[in-house]
Amino acid sequence: MADRSGTKGTAVAEITLAVSRDVVAARQAVARVLKERGLSAMRITRFATAVSEIARNAIVHGGGGRISIYLDPGKAYLRVECRDDGPGIEDVTLAMTEGYTTAGGLGRGLGGAKRLSHDFEIRSAPGEGTTVSMSVKL
Amino acid sequence: MPQTSTANILSILETDFSSLIEDWLGTQVKEGVKRSDLFSDSESRAQNRELLRAFSKGVRAGVVNEEFNLDDDAWEDLRAVLVDVSKERVGRGVTPTEMATFVLALKSTLFKRLEAMPDLEGQRLIRDVLMVTRLVDAFAIYTNEIFIGERDQIIERQRQEMLELSTPVVELWDRVLTLPLIGTLDSARAQEVMENLLQTILERQAEVVIMDITGVGTVDTQVAQHLLRAAAAVRLMGAECIISGISPMIAQTMVQLGIDVGTVSTRSSIRTALSDALQKVGYVIKTSEVS
Amino acid sequence: MSGVTSINLVENALLVSIQDDVTDTEIVELQDTLSNRIAKENVKGVILDISSLEIVDTFVGRVIAQLAGISRLLAADTYVVGMRPAVAVTLVELGMYLPETRTALSLTHALSQLRRG
Repeated sequence: MADRSGTKGTAVAEITLAVSRDVVAARQAVARVLKERGLSAMRITRFATAVSEIARNAIVHGGGGRISIYLDPGKAYLRVECRDDGPGIEDVTLAMTEGYTTAGGLGRGLGGAKRLSHDFEIRSAPGEGTTVSMSVKL
Repeated sequence: MPQTSTANILSILETDFSSLIEDWLGTQVKEGVKRSDLFSDSESRAQNRELLRAFSKGVRAGVVNEEFNLDDDAWEDLRAVLVDVSKERVGRGVTPTEMATFVLALKSTLFKRLEAMPDLEGQRLIRDVLMVTRLVDAFAIYTNEIFIGERDQIIERQRQEMLELSTPVVELWDRVLTLPLIGTLDSARAQEVMENLLQTILERQAEVVIMDITGVGTVDTQVAQHLLRAAAAVRLMGAECIISGISPMIAQTMVQLGIDVGTVSTRSSIRTALSDALQKVGYVIKTSEVS
Repeated sequence: MSGVTSINLVENALLVSIQDDVTDTEIVELQDTLSNRIAKENVKGVILDISSLEIVDTFVGRVIAQLAGISRLLAADTYVVGMRPAVAVTLVELGMYLPETRTALSLTHALSQLRRG
């Protein structure tokens, strides 16, 4: 595995998101890294669940995308960045609202993922796709 | 003449002993390190005396060719005194700055005396000042390390005490657990208590859990939320949850706050909760006919 | 139906062991398969063993809740058994309390509850 260090830190894995099997691959990759770092089952489950929500969103709403996993430069956080080239989100605040849904779901995915992460950032605009960046303390 | 670099220092330490102690004490007072609220004069004087005695012993045996190492045997007494003084001061709440200043105050006291030596000047004065500086700095660094180590121990001890105070999950009977909650229930503690409880349910295969809130001072919306979330997680794992110790006062507050406990069972006392719990796992409490 | 999830008839309940690598597609297929079998085999219960699941997110949670609703309409109870502590905490945090389902510590517990009715 190439050790590419940059401002985002060291890249650990990158997964293409196209079909539902990729969601499983993404959350399992994250869980594996966290397990190696000795995190408790409780914390692994919480963050892997958040990753699962975001990865699925990229496929269902964004028509597919990519997920990148980084160890931050200080190695104190694991950062996950999920990008898609979908239609984007018109109102990010509304999308984060509990119970708001466009795909007939529960509308708990985004807000839930935010609660389960250490920090959570979403950047999106109509026609420009969506990028979600979230991290967990190691 | 390698001996001379310490000869002057030794002569000051040994011949001028008593006045040195007073001077050092004076500097400490002037720099605000000797806190009259924490140390009596006689205590400080005794500490200064011991330290200086160990200092001269160290210099006599532990400085060779202007080099020294505080880890050497020659410095054993000095290390012991520094450990004693530091530990005692940490216990009294002295700050690291105060502690370092206390040791470093020795420098100016010694400098003044070196300066006053009639035939000491130029290169030789500088050499001796340098030696004193290196020695006293080393003492200060050593003191600081003890200080930090001592602080770490205090923190660790307090952390352990906190953990012991935090709620234990008790196996009351086969397949029945109880969680006696005491004090305040903030988010962090609620989370820890819940994780601990769920783990014990798994390990003991417990079917009923009694969360007793008799010892919880106030139940506001937040506390109620924590309790109900814990109860929901218990149910998801497949066990039943009874919240006991709901006083009439707490019941009134909960209703006024509009807290809906939903399907969670609640009882006023742990006594009725226990009897219900035992019944759920197939036991009955009966009065013995013998008595 | 993928091979990762097995459905077995135990007493008069359908026992389903869901594997950790189950995909969204597979779990939706499972819902369909199970609905048909509940009706055809006239079972009293469906037991979902999720003890191997490290995570249950909102999608899987929603499918489980729907399955419980479907079973209810077909006169069967749905039991979720073996949920891990970390999964329970996360689901609660996501606001998914699964009130439609019954829960039990293990398969044995679920079966004895089903026998009692």
